[in-house]
Amino acid sequence: MYSYEQEIVERDENTVHMNVGPSHPAMHGTLRVKMEVKGERIIRIQQEIGFLHTGFEKLGEHRSYNQFITLTDRLNYFSPLSNNIGFALACEELIGITVPRRCQVIRTILAEMSRLADHSLCVGAMTMDLGAFTSILWTFVEREKLYDVFEAVTGTRLTTSYTRVGGLAFDLPADFEKRVLQILDSMEKTLDNLRNSFYQNRIFLDRTEGIGCISKEMAQSYGITGPMGRASGVPYDIRKYRPYLIYGELDFNVPMYTTGDTLARYKVRIDEMEESIKLVRQAMKLLEPGPINYEDQKRTLPDKTSTYRDMESLIHHFKLVMPGEDHGIHPPVIDQYSSTEAPNGELGWHLVSDGTSNPYRVRIRPPSFINYPVLSKLLEGAMLADLVAILGSFNIIAGELDR
Amino acid sequence: MSNADLIVFKPENHLAVLAKVEAQMGERILGREEKSHYHQFKVTGKDAKDLVRFLRDDPALRFTNFIDLTAVDYLRYPVAQPERYAVITTLLSPLLGVRVQVKAFVNEGDPRLPTLSDLFEGANWTEREVWDLYGIEFQGHPDLKRILMPDDYEGHPLRKDYPLKGRGERGNFPVYHATTRKPEGGA
Repeated sequence: MYSYEQEIVERDENTVHMNVGPSHPAMHGTLRVKMEVKGERIIRIQQEIGFLHTGFEKLGEHRSYNQFITLTDRLNYFSPLSNNIGFALACEELIGITVPRRCQVIRTILAEMSRLADHSLCVGAMTMDLGAFTSILWTFVEREKLYDVFEAVTGTRLTTSYTRVGGLAFDLPADFEKRVLQILDSMEKTLDNLRNSFYQNRIFLDRTEGIGCISKEMAQSYGITGPMGRASGVPYDIRKYRPYLIYGELDFNVPMYTTGDTLARYKVRIDEMEESIKLVRQAMKLLEPGPINYEDQKRTLPDKTSTYRDMESLIHHFKLVMPGEDHGIHPPVIDQYSSTEAPNGELGWHLVSDGTSNPYRVRIRPPSFINYPVLSKLLEGAMLADLVAILGSFNIIAGELDR
Repeated sequence: MSNADLIVFKPENHLAVLAKVEAQMGERILGREEKSHYHQFKVTGKDAKDLVRFLRDDPALRFTNFIDLTAVDYLRYPVAQPERYAVITTLLSPLLGVRVQVKAFVNEGDPRLPTLSDLFEGANWTEREVWDLYGIEFQGHPDLKRILMPDDYEGHPLRKDYPLKGRGERGNFPVYHATTRKPEGGA
């Protein structure tokens, strides 16, 4: 059991004990790192997490599939839409349905836009941690514009809850296409600014080049996925591994580096944003009018306007949302692992169904939780100032880490 | 690196994995289930480590990429299961481009099985999480302590017999007075 007195007694005379977090400006979220420091060198390091543990997996067993979508917003709160989409896709794979074409295109566009929002915050915050304050203002402006569009589409900026099992909450607003294309143009300019400011910047390169190297073998053994894994040369992207939505039809590259250092993780994110812009532009051309929800109303919630206007939709609505044995979506009695490429890596859902309206078990495989433990390995013997550089490049989100 | 090296899902390689695993493990495989894009092997807790080690080290399989480790409590599941708990490990083979799941059943009275943390670094924290939330012990784990719940917490919250609202832990926190800093009587 933890006791502060004991921690003081165990001190070694020649080293200094340092505590960073759980509430510290350099720690992104409620992360705590306990270090033993000799001069500026870290001798030992211990990570502590769990400060934001909310019990999503337990709550999921007591909520219906559609109700759980509101909890997925709070996982990675920088890109709630991609969690919504990931969970909806996992449920659809469990039930065995495919959503209509228009819904798939909209989901692809929004997933890539939330990747842009997430990465833009990460690259801005990382350079801010290293002392470059202007860059976070540039990226925050872009993120703000993206959030304005999310607000226009979903009604909220942060807790979007936009998807439903088998479809979407509602269709896109009228001027969606025009607004998004405007943002993409200004986003490209910001990316150029970031490249020009940092790729040749001596201070930035000294702080990041060769710092915190993760080898390919190490990344695979830890299970590191996403931009962090691809910076280390793990050639794994679920959008290419097993294309979901309309990713199979789109033409895009997966940026990869082999050095695995902090600089590579920064560059992968910048390159991925470029690819995301390309993806949104391509997907926008495929956006055609059509239904957004799966046709069988016994599986998916009916459109809100028809719920209010015709009797049959109202009956279906009640059959899906009322509590009790006979109501709700009834998936087959199986368990199923499915995953999507979230901005931080593989976001996996292991759903176990017992045939009732609530899932029997919801396992969230959050990319942050799997990516984070490698930090203490990287920092042993490293300089104290490397902590912020390395942690900034990890983009650990506490909501997803602790669930 | 070019995109030609990307790992791509190759469903045709499933057969090779099945043949290899069945030849190696034989009777020790309790069952096998085909899922939408991977196969799930069911084994007992004792055999799980052998199977995972075989999957990782066999030169024709090379399941070297750790994906996930989690557990399920089958206490109230409508379909009968061999044991109450199942520890589920998901792995990916960059060589074959397929995923595989190992489902290890663990006894209710004595929930323990050998650790995988010496095979995969990623199993370290995920096993701590399973210990924390399910109380399944991983023998040989270097640092098996709670990770998400507080260190002095009692009980394992994701077990099916653990109530959603807890067992009164929240109501029993001592309440301190704002100015005197002394505990107030009763919570």
